Amino acid sequence: MYRSLSVRQKQIVWAWAFLAIPVVFYAVIRFYPTFNAMVISFQDWNLLGDRAWAGWKNYDKLWNDPVFWKVFKNTFVYLLIGTPVSLVVSFAIAYHLDKLRFMHGFLRMLYFLPFMTSAVAMAWVWRWFYQPVPIGLFNNFLAATGIPQIEFLRSTSFALPAILAPAVWAGLGFQVIIFMAGLRAIPRSYYEAARIDGVSNWTVLFEITIPLLKPTIVFIVVFSSIGFLRIFDHVFNMTTGDPGGPLNSTKPLVLMIYQSAFTDFNMGYAAAQTVVLFLILLIVSLVQLRILRDR
Amino acid sequence: MYGIRFKSATVAIGTVLALAAGTAKAEVEIEYWQYFFDARVSAMEQLIENFEAANPDIKVTMTHFPYADYRTKVAAAIPAGEGPDVVQLFYGWLNDYVAANLIQPLPNDAFPPDMIGEEFFPMVGAMRDGDNYWALPTAVRSLALFYNKRLFEEAGIDGPPKTLDELVETAKKLTKTDAAGNITQVGITAGMNAQDHHWFREVLVRQFGGDPYQDDYKTVNYNSDAGVMAAEFYVGLANEHKVTAFGFMDEPQAAFKAGRAGMHIDGSFRIGSLNKTRGLSWGVTELPMNADGMKSNYSSYWVNAITTKAEGEKYDAAVKFMQYVTSDEAMQIWLDVVGELPAKPSVGLTEANANDDVFGPFIRGLAYANTTKFANESAQRQILIDMVQRIDLEGQSAADSIAAAAEAEQKLLDEYYN
Repeated sequence: MYRSLSVRQKQIVWAWAFLAIPVVFYAVIRFYPTFNAMVISFQDWNLLGDRAWAGWKNYDKLWNDPVFWKVFKNTFVYLLIGTPVSLVVSFAIAYHLDKLRFMHGFLRMLYFLPFMTSAVAMAWVWRWFYQPVPIGLFNNFLAATGIPQIEFLRSTSFALPAILAPAVWAGLGFQVIIFMAGLRAIPRSYYEAARIDGVSNWTVLFEITIPLLKPTIVFIVVFSSIGFLRIFDHVFNMTTGDPGGPLNSTKPLVLMIYQSAFTDFNMGYAAAQTVVLFLILLIVSLVQLRILRDR
Repeated sequence: MYGIRFKSATVAIGTVLALAAGTAKAEVEIEYWQYFFDARVSAMEQLIENFEAANPDIKVTMTHFPYADYRTKVAAAIPAGEGPDVVQLFYGWLNDYVAANLIQPLPNDAFPPDMIGEEFFPMVGAMRDGDNYWALPTAVRSLALFYNKRLFEEAGIDGPPKTLDELVETAKKLTKTDAAGNITQVGITAGMNAQDHHWFREVLVRQFGGDPYQDDYKTVNYNSDAGVMAAEFYVGLANEHKVTAFGFMDEPQAAFKAGRAGMHIDGSFRIGSLNKTRGLSWGVTELPMNADGMKSNYSSYWVNAITTKAEGEKYDAAVKFMQYVTSDEAMQIWLDVVGELPAKPSVGLTEANANDDVFGPFIRGLAYANTTKFANESAQRQILIDMVQRIDLEGQSAADSIAAAAEAEQKLLDEYYN
């Protein structure tokens, strides 16, 4: 039967034969679990025993759960502080690093290093930095200079920024590299023309560099937004004694999902939160792509 | 895992050789599952060795998993007809395991309920349902007050405190601060995230005249004067007497191990790791009583049960194995290897064990211990962590904070039981 096909048809058959691998992979590894999670979100299931249909119960519980709204807010605080801060800082570093020739490769490596480090190891080291006297690095320094110590992780107002700082730092290396690649891709001739016209550095930055970096910025904003909306390892490891910080002040949605599923064994409730997170990620990504692309 | 695989491989080769020689008797193989904790695994290896020596026709294979995966694996394996014939579970999980049809009741002839009721410590009664026991422990744990002998000597204190008032006074002498007023050594560790939530529930609330729960732990009852006084006492250790700081050195047990804490309340399972801490000279004593001399304690335990997968000759072998792991001999081995206390007074309260410097205080504590029936231990613990933090960080009154905690916990219990 294969022999009777035309060359064009044979090409199509082969194309599909090769495509079948990623298609099957996506169907089994991605779409099936996603679909299953949506089904579980309408069920009651404690991992042991049978699943029972629960209708909208899990979503109803979520709507009326004050912890969920607290966590919802935290998740957006991570996003709304984390993304702009990391964007500005990484651009500033990349912009200046790009102009620097002395030890360029070494410095770039230093900025990239945290990105390659395990988030768990990093979180535990920062957890130690933030401890109160007598062991914490920062507080020992404050105590030595006579300044009252700050309860970084045991404070309802400082805990979230304290956790966000190493998370921003960890992602910086990657963003710096992407920005530098973007900067290199801008044709030199624009800068030369600007110099001949005698334009100031600020004008060059705002009229040439940033507009031409738009695709890079779009990529980094979308990428880091998704990262901050899914923040988990830093929070989990820095607050294991009281997961999610004092009075849930640092708990992001992913940690709440984890706790519902694997400490409360309430799989239906966890799945409902997952569906909500999925919708948030979808909406945020679509909005960002729309806003940053057509203007 | 390698050790076990290697062992089963050698056993398998031995079996093959024996079969080839034509002398082997048919062997029944049963599987035992527990979560991974070094001392528990080596204790169980010893028990299995002794059991196999006494029952040459039964072979027991042990498998262990990291604690985090344990429940998932058990839940997936047993309904599929795979996995363990005898399984270890936390006492608080019993309801879930029974409801999911994962375990079967112990047979009455091999485990007569009345005899068990007499022989075991009373809290094991929670495993009984009507005429049957569902599961039985090898060992139980309770709380006691650890103290740092070197710091006591340095502060010129002759012995550990016996009452709550003495506890506060002793702790004051042990507390050190730096020039800026920051605590650098705590008199007593504090943290609801460690064992303190048990101390609060089952000990302090009772000692201040309350009864933490009613209706077989289905109704929260600490929203009372006693509960408020207990909360004021507990938070007062940090805020009023300034003999401790919450979150000091990250974890209470870390502070005690590092020699930065005079006293520390913890469970008998901590003995092993404290013994391994070099340069720490520690003692242990019963939890302090209240002014009227009332004592209380909290105990918990892990149990073993026969799964619904075990049938026929495997079931018979599993029953024999259960009988052995709940025997006096097994309990003594568990005490010596793991440091967890025997579940029967006949073993625990022997002259040697009850007067032991280290195990004695824990074993004596069992006599007046209570066992909380948790619906969701970590969620119920979180409620007490939050209760303390509302007082400590947000300045809420103890009465309001206790009321809010009781309401949250009652909601959780209602959801679980209905």
